Amino acid sequence: MSAPLLELNDVSKIYSIGDETLYALCHVSMKIFEGEFVAIVGPSGSGKSTFLHVASLLDKPTEGIIKIKGKEVTEYSEAETARLRNREIGFVFQQFNLLPKTSALENVLLPLIYTGTSEHERIRRSKEKLEEVGLGDRLKNTPAQLSGGQQQRVAIARALVTEPAIIFADEPTGNLDSKSGQEIVKMIIRLNNSGKTVVLVTHDNSLAQIAKRVVKVADGKIVSDELTKWGKADSKIYKQWPAWQTKQSKHTDGDCDYAVLREDD
Amino acid sequence: MPFSTLLLMALRSLWRNKSRSILTMLGVIIGVGSVILLVAIGNGLKQYVTDQFEQFGANSIYVAPGELFGDSGGGFSSNDQVTALLSNTLRYEDVLEIRRMREYISDASGMAMNSAEVTYKKASEKPTILGVNASYSVISNTKTDVGNFFTEIDEEKKSQVAVLGYNIAQDLFGSVDPIGKTILIKNRPFKVVGVAEEKGGGFGGPSFDDYIYMPITSSFQLFDSKIVVRIVAAAKGDDTQSAITAIEEYFLKRLKEDEFSVFKQDEILKVIDQILGALTAGLGGIAAISLVVGGIGIMNIMLVSVTERTREIGLRKALGATPTVILTQFLIESVVLSVSGGLIGVGFAYLIAIVLDQFLPTAVTLGAVMLAFGVSAAVGIIFGVYPARKASQLSPIEALRYE
Repeated sequence: MSAPLLELNDVSKIYSIGDETLYALCHVSMKIFEGEFVAIVGPSGSGKSTFLHVASLLDKPTEGIIKIKGKEVTEYSEAETARLRNREIGFVFQQFNLLPKTSALENVLLPLIYTGTSEHERIRRSKEKLEEVGLGDRLKNTPAQLSGGQQQRVAIARALVTEPAIIFADEPTGNLDSKSGQEIVKMIIRLNNSGKTVVLVTHDNSLAQIAKRVVKVADGKIVSDELTKWGKADSKIYKQWPAWQTKQSKHTDGDCDYAVLREDD
Repeated sequence: MPFSTLLLMALRSLWRNKSRSILTMLGVIIGVGSVILLVAIGNGLKQYVTDQFEQFGANSIYVAPGELFGDSGGGFSSNDQVTALLSNTLRYEDVLEIRRMREYISDASGMAMNSAEVTYKKASEKPTILGVNASYSVISNTKTDVGNFFTEIDEEKKSQVAVLGYNIAQDLFGSVDPIGKTILIKNRPFKVVGVAEEKGGGFGGPSFDDYIYMPITSSFQLFDSKIVVRIVAAAKGDDTQSAITAIEEYFLKRLKEDEFSVFKQDEILKVIDQILGALTAGLGGIAAISLVVGGIGIMNIMLVSVTERTREIGLRKALGATPTVILTQFLIESVVLSVSGGLIGVGFAYLIAIVLDQFLPTAVTLGAVMLAFGVSAAVGIIFGVYPARKASQLSPIEALRYE
């Protein structure tokens, strides 16, 4: 069996406020394998956003080890981490986070600039991705000229353009009306069906059911890790399932004083 | 990633935020422009005034009524001069006496100044009429463009002849050749015998180009006044000091020490240099303040723009920009803004200086350009980089969350 795509080993995120030590993440261990579609669910303040930040290398854990494709990356420098994010991780944010006054095409090719891809290649690949998300005729439009759903599709194209190993989507439908939200959901499902590893972070339990595996987070800990009907149906990826399942934390409840942190939403 | 890509990215980013870029540049443009311009005006004034005196030879000596470089102020104290003029301190006989000092003086000319209505056909002007001796043309280096300066014979005969300054000739005659034509000065006919070469200048008062020269004797007759406001003399050889001493001894026989002044060109230039040097420094100081204000403006806008772009920085970092890449992008942006703002400022100052030169003498100096440009570029870069450096070190999460 190949190494997991992403592995968190006993990861904690600790904030010190005065004399108090507060755990936003408490000794979390988890493995995510290639082709999976994992939903991280939890209410506001549960620590799911912190989980996302740490797992997607946007933030450093205070304790513990993170491995990407079997390689430990916890001690990487900031520049090395940035390059790793650039190559291996795609982001879809709730707020879209597109550059204003910048065309869809230029927004999508932005990560490729940091990869060092030639201009010709950047444009070719970005156009390709925009066509894939159905915006082939909106290359020149700026975010202000696009609807919310279209903006999020630009963001998905941007997340895909570097062909990353894993896509993190943080409440991708949170800022959209239900119709646009549905479109984005379908697009994410299609992505996973075509083989991309997807991690969806949401507070919405019903939205989480589109995933194949649902990990519930509360008080900075993983409280459950189950397959959905889609996961159970996918015997190809989940044939070794019980081995991947996150075991109950060996730490007891009293171990971590939990900090309620401001969430993105 | 290649530098050219970064440069292009920075330029695109500036272009997308045109108004912000222009506002930032405006601070630099105004700062640089005003420093260069004010220093140019100061220098131009100095050069102009110096030139006005330098057209008289280096060995020329001036005699003026009153005490020009006295203890009371050391400058041109006008009250004394007015009193001296009214008391008619200098006489035409003095000119003749000084001319006789053959040992020290090669030539001398009196100067009588009046103003009168001058007409040619329908054209009419009221210029300054300068009554001088024929030798004035040599002493003051006044050459004629067309025709000739009047002669000593005209002087003796009190001929009704006139030499026109360049501008006044233009004003009265336009394209007509003035030589031999008769003009009316105070309703008396005068024949134009020459037109002086253009001397230029003329801010805040008439220039030599606006004067009409006539024999001093004719001027005495015409204006019925024998007041001599200045005597200009040329020293023989280089021994100006002995000539001054001789002239002073001559006047002391008749006048008190504070009733007249004898000085040479150097001394005037020195005083002018002092006064205008102080003026230039003052203008430079004012300009420096505007440069500092401009610098603070740049700093402000850079700080605001980087703060405003914290989210953008967070996003770029999330998508794989290293801190160095972020810093480089912002460095390029502020260098481009400061340098192009500086260049535009220099250009503007240059253009305004050219226009202004019609009314005020200006001289754009390389030193002022370099100083203004250097300071603004440095300010722009330093204050652009400082907030960018801070931003580049933010964690992407904090930056993305920033509102």
